[in-house]
Amino acid sequence: MGRKAVMAVTGIVLLAYVLVHMAANLKAFAGRESIDGYGHFLREFLEPVFGYGGFVWIVRVVLLAAVVLHIAAAVSLTRQARKARPIPYAVKQGGYAARTMRWGGVIIALFVVYHILDLTAGVLNPHGVPGEIHASVVAGFSRWYVVAFYTLAVVSLGFHIRHGMWSALRSLGARTAAQPAALAVAVAITVGFLSVPYAVLLGVIR
Amino acid sequence: MKYTLRVWRQNGPDDRGRLVEYTVDGITPDMSFLEMLDVLNERLLLDGDESIAFDHDCREGICGMCGLMINGTAHGPQKATTTCQLHMREFDPRKPITIEPWRARPFPVVRDLVVDRSALDRVIESGGHVGVHAGAAPDAHAVPVPKPDADRAFAAAACIGCGACVAACPNGSAMLFTAAKAVHLAALPPGQPERGTRALTMVQTQDDLGFGGCTQAGECATACPKEIGTDVIALLNRDVLWKVD
Ligand code: HEM
Ligand code: FES
Repeated sequence: MGRKAVMAVTGIVLLAYVLVHMAANLKAFAGRESIDGYGHFLREFLEPVFGYGGFVWIVRVVLLAAVVLHIAAAVSLTRQARKARPIPYAVKQGGYAARTMRWGGVIIALFVVYHILDLTAGVLNPHGVPGEIHASVVAGFSRWYVVAFYTLAVVSLGFHIRHGMWSALRSLGARTAAQPAALAVAVAITVGFLSVPYAVLLGVIR
Repeated sequence: MKYTLRVWRQNGPDDRGRLVEYTVDGITPDMSFLEMLDVLNERLLLDGDESIAFDHDCREGICGMCGLMINGTAHGPQKATTTCQLHMREFDPRKPITIEPWRARPFPVVRDLVVDRSALDRVIESGGHVGVHAGAAPDAHAVPVPKPDADRAFAAAACIGCGACVAACPNGSAMLFTAAKAVHLAALPPGQPERGTRALTMVQTQDDLGFGGCTQAGECATACPKEIGTDVIALLNRDVLWKVD
């Protein structure tokens, strides 16, 4: 039973991160100094307490814990669901959430691994110099197939959040949780994230 | 009118079961879905075949016995309608109709389209009642109940326990049923003393019986012939997580 609460709380932590991340990405439109400076700022943040880069590592640990718990709860619920219906219906069932949540989650997880290797570690990025965010972003998104993969992942994330945010509020007992609000957040995140790769591809950011 | 049916036939709980194709003639648009099956069963009996077992009782949409999975939809295509209240005019005779039993591990097939839904009774027994002494029925004005609370209790109490929510749920969860049964008590004064423990034990029992967990997919509310909404699930979750008593 507590798994839905775990799913909801960790989902909300991840959603908060994704919102901040998306908003920060828009700094790419303000030029090289803006986005590279922001990356530097994040590492200097609370430096006297945690040291240079310490804050970033704390966020990483929290995110990793949230992702692990989120996936563990999802796997457990999925197993229980399979056991609860050992004989499937002859006529296939549909349903938006049933079709998109589990696959969407897997696509997003695979994407996150690729994404970290691309823009955090830099090993899969043609530029790939840590700290030179603007140059790496431009180098990465100049390749159409990278943009295509990012599109798939971000659209999956949008669908995931559209159901997930509403579902999380319900799981935590919010009776008046509004579906339109979840849809609005999902669209904002999808459009916000996609704006940067497409701006690079179309030569707006270079 | 003449229809082609694909009906789940299963000789008993241990039989593997299979879909069998039938054609049934002489159906009028005003016949109910169950009357159509009656016509088929009469013919099967005359031909010396075994009739198709299906559950039904009131045939007026209030007892909850008649659930069938019709073309992959619990209680068929018409919204807010039990199988017994569904009419053959909803169906195109050119398209075959597939009829399956409710599918969930806690609902074993007894025979053909009949499943044993007593797992839902186990959920009720575990907490879906008022265990404290509530006294004799008070005068109608003795305990004021705000209108919104009365409406909420009434809407949840419309549940007829048909099991369509379980049948339709991609997770095989009974959450809409459990929530309806907990919330119609939680909304009223006699339900207050055990409110938190009731919510917790009913959900726990549901899990123990082998139902799936709720992921708010919402298919239950779409299938519910009494149009109970998923808001009762939010209210149940609220009591499970936050209500201590
Ligand atoms: C492999 C990775 C992932 C898997 C397998 C996964 C799977 C799931 C599943 C099965 C649910 C419950 C769906 C439902 O309610 O029907 C869910 C909910 C949710 N997911 Fe994910 N997910 C993954 C990654 C993510 C990521 C990266 C985020 C954030 C960016 C996220 C955010 C959420 C939120 C906010 C919820 C709502 C929690 C709730 O249902 O109560 N998920 N996820
Ligand atoms: S037979 Fe009673 S509800 Fe259908």
